[in-house]
Amino acid sequence: MSTEITHGGHDAHADHDHHGPAKGLMRWVTTTNHKDIGTLYLWLSFIMLLYGGSMAMVIRLELFQPGLQWVEPHFFNQMTTMHGLVMVFGAIMPAFVGLANWLIPIMIGAPDMALPRMNNWSFWILPFAFTMLASTTFMEGGAPAFGWTFYAPLSTTFAPDTTDFFIFAVHLMGISSVMGAINVIATILNMRAPGMTLMKMPLFVWTWLITAYLLIAVMPVLAGAVTMMLTDRHFGTSFFDAAGGGDPVMFQHIFWFFGHPEVYIMILPAFGVISAIVPTFARKPLFGYSSMVYASASIAILSFMVWAHHMFTTGMPVAGELYFMYATILISVPTGVKVFNWVTTMWKGSMTFETPMLWALGFIVMFTIGGFSGLMLGVAPVDTQYHDTYFVVAHFHYVLVTGALYSIIAAFYYWVPKWTGHMYDERLGKIHFWWSTIAVNVLFFPQHFVGLAGMPRRIPDYSLQFAEFNMISSIGGFAFGLAQVFFLYIVIKTIKGGEKATDQVWEGATGLEFEHLPSPPPYHSFTEAPPVK
Amino acid sequence: MRVSALKLAMIPVLMFGFGFALVPLYDVFCDITGLNGKTGRIEASDIDATQVDTSRTIEVRFLANTNTGLPWSFEPLVKKMSIHPGEVYEAVFRVRSTSDKATLGQAVPSVSPGLAAQHFNKTECFCFTQQELAGFESRDMPLRFVVGRDISDKIEQITLSYTFFSLDQG
Repeated sequence: MSTEITHGGHDAHADHDHHGPAKGLMRWVTTTNHKDIGTLYLWLSFIMLLYGGSMAMVIRLELFQPGLQWVEPHFFNQMTTMHGLVMVFGAIMPAFVGLANWLIPIMIGAPDMALPRMNNWSFWILPFAFTMLASTTFMEGGAPAFGWTFYAPLSTTFAPDTTDFFIFAVHLMGISSVMGAINVIATILNMRAPGMTLMKMPLFVWTWLITAYLLIAVMPVLAGAVTMMLTDRHFGTSFFDAAGGGDPVMFQHIFWFFGHPEVYIMILPAFGVISAIVPTFARKPLFGYSSMVYASASIAILSFMVWAHHMFTTGMPVAGELYFMYATILISVPTGVKVFNWVTTMWKGSMTFETPMLWALGFIVMFTIGGFSGLMLGVAPVDTQYHDTYFVVAHFHYVLVTGALYSIIAAFYYWVPKWTGHMYDERLGKIHFWWSTIAVNVLFFPQHFVGLAGMPRRIPDYSLQFAEFNMISSIGGFAFGLAQVFFLYIVIKTIKGGEKATDQVWEGATGLEFEHLPSPPPYHSFTEAPPVK
Repeated sequence: MRVSALKLAMIPVLMFGFGFALVPLYDVFCDITGLNGKTGRIEASDIDATQVDTSRTIEVRFLANTNTGLPWSFEPLVKKMSIHPGEVYEAVFRVRSTSDKATLGQAVPSVSPGLAAQHFNKTECFCFTQQELAGFESRDMPLRFVVGRDISDKIEQITLSYTFFSLDQG
């Protein structure tokens, strides 16, 4: 097993450094170290993954059989809403910020992030935001129950008082994301080692640079939308209230103006991760580096021009539907460029299939399935049938679970030997992959069928003809949930010990973090800029 | 570094403003394109009564609804009428309060199909102002409208819907 791992000794040019981390709990509260903050982000997102996942378990339990068995419909609505919010804002986004914190400085040869104190602040806002959001579950009126998209007037006129906690939680998450993004851009633009030109940067750094620009452009629009909700609810404005001259459909436009770039915020860093892993295990340089950069940038630009494809059923005129349909389908061109580049990178490569590669391959195959169902949804005339059915649920879980989440798990297995100095248990990692991959397809693939047959999303009960597929889906859901508890065990086991990882970690690994840093890297790395070839 | 961070910080500030700027932009966009069923207003003196296109007949249907929280019954006296483009017509809507208190409401129009909206102009409408009804008061409210002659000849039927919203606090 260890044959695929190089044992090239590396005369560690470290350990003459000054001081390690402070001791005790205050280390984590006051830290300005990018590695510590990266770790904090990753742990927060793991906790949120399990929290959001446990709500998914409630959903699948209720949908195990037709009829109402376990929870009240209103509580079911709270579960779907909070599951979506927690997974999007709590699990996926902070995990990528955590990866950015850990990896960007050691990938570009910088000693730390550009704005370390702000970095600390942008992390420590989040536990408060999510505590505030989660606490609404125990308040009178219950948690938000209007769907993670919180369409007005359901989230304004007809929402419980706890919605205000939700609004301020979203504000805090937005502030955190914007600060994190400013930090990423400032780091990448100012702190690259000499010789690390923009077009030499690893693709993970590139995709994060583009993601960070998306974040600072659209998170404030979301903040504006929830602020309008707040003033509509309490200060007599009528942004979304037709009685006062407002328009509820406008809420959807503003929300999706944020929401569509948001989905690329959650997938662009994933593209960067896959572009790092595939060349390593194919032992070939990435095919079409510059086309990857341009494809990422064009996806980002196009993402601002397609938002109303979420709104094909709002009564748009045909001209609007046609424009948004063509623009949406245009995005599949740069996305296809990426998939073909990964495949071409693997073509005739000396491939091995260690755990990170398995997750990356799982990503490529299943993200593409999610992309194809996305194409179907992007076609306006058929979207009328698919809209708000389980087909949509299947689509976005293929791109977010087997897409974004798979890339995060792949990144964990790929870089955790570098972070901790310990190899994870390869056998357990492979079990985790196959267990998750079988379960996730049992979970989400049948949802395509019930969706096409007309089962609506966000409803706690369903007609009898959907019973078998829903039971299969629920069984897959429980198995997938359990697999992630198993993942928690693997994570803890790897942190506590394991086979010593080499400095290069993987035979085919390239990049400053593998070539110039020991595993684990010292607390302060690259205090002197490394040479860049 | 400080400079670039401050410059970057300007982007979120501007985008926060842009989020709010979307509101008037949205209205302007709907106004220009006639999307969203927003009807136009026209002065009676601007209508040239000699320019009636009697060769075309369009059916106009009326809908009347009240939103939650407004104890009114609201209906058109005539449910549909056949009209010629360019001619001014009058329709009457009857509203009656079922509450014993004074109530205040505002009617909001919507035209379907959306592309007919910019050709549907009113010289007089109860929706131009707020309506206040005393307890159990009943009122017949006129609507004078003209459908422009330049309306697409694909449109043979127009539905005009009014919803009364409550303006009472609480």
